[in-house]
Amino acid sequence: MKQYPQIQVKNLTVAYDDFVLLKDVHFTVNKGDIFIIMGGSGCGKSSLLRVMTGLTPARGHVFIGGIDMLSADTKTKTVLMQKAGILYQSGALFSSMTLAENIALPLQQYTDYSPETIQELVSMKLALVGLKGFEDFYPSEISGGMKKRAGLARALALDPDIVYFDEPSAGLDPISSRLLDDLILDINQSLGTTIVIVTHELASILAIGTNSIFLDAALKGVSAQGNPKELLKNPPNETVAEFLTRGEIHAKRTK
Amino acid sequence: MKQTQSGNHLTVDLEQKGNVLVLNLAGDFHQFEAAPKAHEIIHKIRQVHPQKLIVQDNGIGSWDSSLLALLYQLLQALQPTNITVETDALPQELSHLLTLAFSVDRHPKRPSVKDFGFLGNIGNACLNLYQPIRQGVSFLKQVGFSLGRWAQGKAIMRPVDFWFALQDCGPNALGIVALISFMVGLILAFVGAIQLKSFGAQIYVASLVAIGMTRIMGAIMVGIIMAGRTGASYAATIGTMQVNEELDALQTMGIPRSDFLVLPRVLALSLTMPLLTLLADVMGMIGGGVVGIFMLDISPSEYWKYSMDAFDITNFLVGVFHGLVFGIIIALCGCYYGVFCGRSADSVGRATTQAVVSAIVWMIVMTGLITWGCEALDI
Repeated sequence: MKQYPQIQVKNLTVAYDDFVLLKDVHFTVNKGDIFIIMGGSGCGKSSLLRVMTGLTPARGHVFIGGIDMLSADTKTKTVLMQKAGILYQSGALFSSMTLAENIALPLQQYTDYSPETIQELVSMKLALVGLKGFEDFYPSEISGGMKKRAGLARALALDPDIVYFDEPSAGLDPISSRLLDDLILDINQSLGTTIVIVTHELASILAIGTNSIFLDAALKGVSAQGNPKELLKNPPNETVAEFLTRGEIHAKRTK
Repeated sequence: MKQTQSGNHLTVDLEQKGNVLVLNLAGDFHQFEAAPKAHEIIHKIRQVHPQKLIVQDNGIGSWDSSLLALLYQLLQALQPTNITVETDALPQELSHLLTLAFSVDRHPKRPSVKDFGFLGNIGNACLNLYQPIRQGVSFLKQVGFSLGRWAQGKAIMRPVDFWFALQDCGPNALGIVALISFMVGLILAFVGAIQLKSFGAQIYVASLVAIGMTRIMGAIMVGIIMAGRTGASYAATIGTMQVNEELDALQTMGIPRSDFLVLPRVLALSLTMPLLTLLADVMGMIGGGVVGIFMLDISPSEYWKYSMDAFDITNFLVGVFHGLVFGIIIALCGCYYGVFCGRSADSVGRATTQAVVSAIVWMIVMTGLITWGCEALDI
């Protein structure tokens, strides 16, 4: 049986009306990768993530396990979406539901588990993200960091093959951010889940990334690909070097 | 801003030394009117056209952004000319800020709006009209499919959401609907009484209120109240969910938003609106009764008799049908504008306004159509 890469993006062009944001993007995410999509503000990272998760249409191909998400029919697309979990910037928890109800929702819709088993699974997922005991809390009653963790528990509810993270560190203090990085690493190593993270948080990129692409707004595409630590050691171009050294090169040059 | 000295008299003057102009600056520059002074200096410099301009610190005291603005305007105006400007004598902080202001000049350009010509613009306007129509039809189609799934027991709708929506647009709305309908009945009776009293037919106030409220006024009043109260709330709630990426989360979980968000609201309003219309009819007649009994000296039994004589079950059912249609319209408008809301706080406000306005417009349109239908069917 042919082995397909977990995600393969080919000839992808993302445009809003006449404005082309990304042009002819290619990259591959292998199973078990912690794949970082990095780049400066406005380079199209989040838009790329929305295309990869099927939220925004685009020209080109996004193959998930060999099936093209962009040209798939609604039914296939729904199946592909269920195999992926997404953690949004705000956590995107449903405010009218408790944390337990939020996490139980995908389980109720897509599994035949009994309510007792669902309850057990929910407690376990919450424990996994360090929120045991918060089952009956509403999103408005917990902090931003906790919302993200609860969002992650919901993203993990159906044991997805891929978990996407949109700016997981945004709005978090360095300690919470570090804890979330550790959690991502644990999930990746323990469950073998492929992780795709959109971020420009250097500490996270270098701490957990195993593979990455760098999106350059000027090129409207990928200007570097590889392990972020390797890219830091041998940056392929000046923009990547500036980004990964937090602009230190620029600072030295102008001093 | 930096303060080196204070209490100095403000001086801005130009001094000519051969081919060199010296701009002497002294004193405290606080909330200084920079623009007219800058224009005056630039005008003078252009008249003299020196080789060099020296900006001289002759005892600049404390200063704020107005001095910086003066120098910025001056340097910017002289940039395209061949006049050399020397600012070395300025305080270090001021020079640094000036360097900073001139360091980045991106010349940003807004995306130009294409002009397609007369016929092209008409075509473009048609396309712009087509987009929301297509979006609206697609939304109605999705809601139709959801109703189909619901009828088959396959819709992804939580019963708790339906009960919550029912509570919100049912029992929670009773007070306001009862009060407004009572007042409308009262007003209707007042207005009618003035005319009817002049030829001694005040007893027909009861008939006027009974027919008016049951046929259309009850439903219209409930429709307007519920559009402002519940329709706006639907648009704001769902719009905020859009802003918080909750709708994206639903979509990526493969849960149709029409099942999960729209269906419970449409069902709840479809169920409660006819009942609220019934309440409005009764409260309106009570309001009319208050005027009839206490102002026109009609006895309660007489008022009741004339009301019942005028009451017609067909009129009443037409009114209740209006209520049902209005309920569907309000729920659909509220949910539609919520679902297609933008991703900012401003767009939630806009969605709420649009939901209320369009619900009222569609209610009026539907009233016209139903009235026309009733006429055609001789109802």
